Amino acid sequence: MRALTLLAGLLLITCISLLISLLSGSVAISWQELLAIIAGDADPLQSQVILDLRWPRSLSAFTTGALLSLAGALMQVLLRNPLADPYVLGVSGGAASGALLALLIGLGSLGMHSAAFGGALFSMLLVFGLSHGSGSWTTNRLLLTGVVIAAGWGAVIGFLLALSPEQGLRGMLFWLMGDLSYATSPTPGLLVLLGGLLIAVMAGRPLNILTRGEQTAASLGVHVLALRRLVYLLASLLSATAVTLAGSIGFVGLIVPHMLRLLGVRDQRLLLPASALLGGSLLIIADTLARTLLAPRQLPVGILTALVGVPLFLLLLHHGRNLHSETR
Amino acid sequence: MALLSTDTLHVSIGDTTVCTTLDLAVSAGERWCILGRNGTGKTTLLHTLAGLRDADAGDIHLDDQSLHSLPRRTVAQHIGLLFQDHSDAFPASVMETVLSGRHPWIGALQWESEQDIALARAALHAVNLDELEQRIVTTLSGGERRRLGLATLLTQDPQLMLLDEPTNHLDIHHQISMLDLLQEKSVTDRTALVFVMHDINLALRYCTHFLLLFGDGETALGNAAEVLTRDRLERLYQHPLQKLQGTHGNVWLPQ
Repeated sequence: MRALTLLAGLLLITCISLLISLLSGSVAISWQELLAIIAGDADPLQSQVILDLRWPRSLSAFTTGALLSLAGALMQVLLRNPLADPYVLGVSGGAASGALLALLIGLGSLGMHSAAFGGALFSMLLVFGLSHGSGSWTTNRLLLTGVVIAAGWGAVIGFLLALSPEQGLRGMLFWLMGDLSYATSPTPGLLVLLGGLLIAVMAGRPLNILTRGEQTAASLGVHVLALRRLVYLLASLLSATAVTLAGSIGFVGLIVPHMLRLLGVRDQRLLLPASALLGGSLLIIADTLARTLLAPRQLPVGILTALVGVPLFLLLLHHGRNLHSETR
Repeated sequence: MALLSTDTLHVSIGDTTVCTTLDLAVSAGERWCILGRNGTGKTTLLHTLAGLRDADAGDIHLDDQSLHSLPRRTVAQHIGLLFQDHSDAFPASVMETVLSGRHPWIGALQWESEQDIALARAALHAVNLDELEQRIVTTLSGGERRRLGLATLLTQDPQLMLLDEPTNHLDIHHQISMLDLLQEKSVTDRTALVFVMHDINLALRYCTHFLLLFGDGETALGNAAEVLTRDRLERLYQHPLQKLQGTHGNVWLPQ
């Protein structure tokens, strides 16, 4: 019951965020006009602004935020560490490097997206391959490997930027900061999100058991290796899709599951869909702010999530420490 | 017929040989205790018996079926394991933890039913933790967490319980009530128990059979009267012992 209330509340928040995002921008559109546009009898300019510009962008923002949060929540279970997320583990860095390389070589948009996707998967493979080593995946080694590889991608990105011609720099920055300005086709991402969410929720109860430790999970009848492989593939696919859609956006995947956990949401069957909804609506709001705060100038949304995310995360961490330290 | 049996089982970890040709047969209603010095591989053997790690050679059978050919879920319906210690990366409530014991019994896409919750409550009641249902596990004391582990095992309700130092962190009263509870379960439900313990005297009071691991691959096993001689125990612990007569039978004390 409590679970349904929470999900309904988050769904409402998502709808409100979508509405706010559709109504804000340089062309003033009231909600009556919005209704008219939906009904199909409105000013063509306003229709075009909503249907061709704001709606795809808002939906892309939702999809990206939801993908990142879901991937973050899954990676946190996989590593049994609440600090894991696609950005921290270097998945975003891998994607950005792939995309920049494609830009530099002069591949088209499709080539660039494929390269970003390949970079993200390669990065995940590298992290898990290197930390696999002598049989068991020790989670600390996994996280450290991810952090180091993320730093390595930073160097690769710097190198590629140094090689790039001046006029290409602006477009390249997009991959580094995360930007939804070019995200016009959210449908493939949305499909990946829905499929991924369905699989993740179906694996929810075994995932709950896995959070209690691999050995405990195995003794309770979970096929740990198969489950970890599934989660690994799923998290890679979700993060790669998100980065391909909107560049590297940090902190969403880290903060959203953490916020929900502090609210007392611990059951993965609830935490995973709730993360997707909350992450989606937070990124809609962040993107709306990014394109209206300094209008007509548009900020990359990744800057905003980092500026809000860093202090928020530190605050949550501090609050969480007080919350969990009442050991006797 | 034995519930769990091993056939020339060879187990080693690192440089330690735990056993080389172990033929163990644990039957319903029996209470076994594994004794040995620190680092002789008692926990390793227990994990091997639970199917969590592979043996170097030999076979383990559960009800005459090879343990490794069975799906993990089936194994978990028959064998439960109380671990020596737990680390929690994520907070969980007492109720959520106890309910995890029902995992092997619930269908893949089903949620925990009212009946599962009732079983979990009964188990919490049995270990005297009813009041703490909503508490976060990390806020419990060491002894409370130990009893929570036992409650989870009771909820899992396997025919064979493997218990790794179950009385750790427990005060004398709770040690006795935990072991009384397990003994009663083994008598009424014919549950087989395999303990790893360091307290010979508690083991003598509650266990019917013993398995001694000497640390060099040699083992001795059988019922208490046959196995527990002064020579063997002194060799096992490499420490002189003294036998006294107590109200519950013999008591061994270090000299």
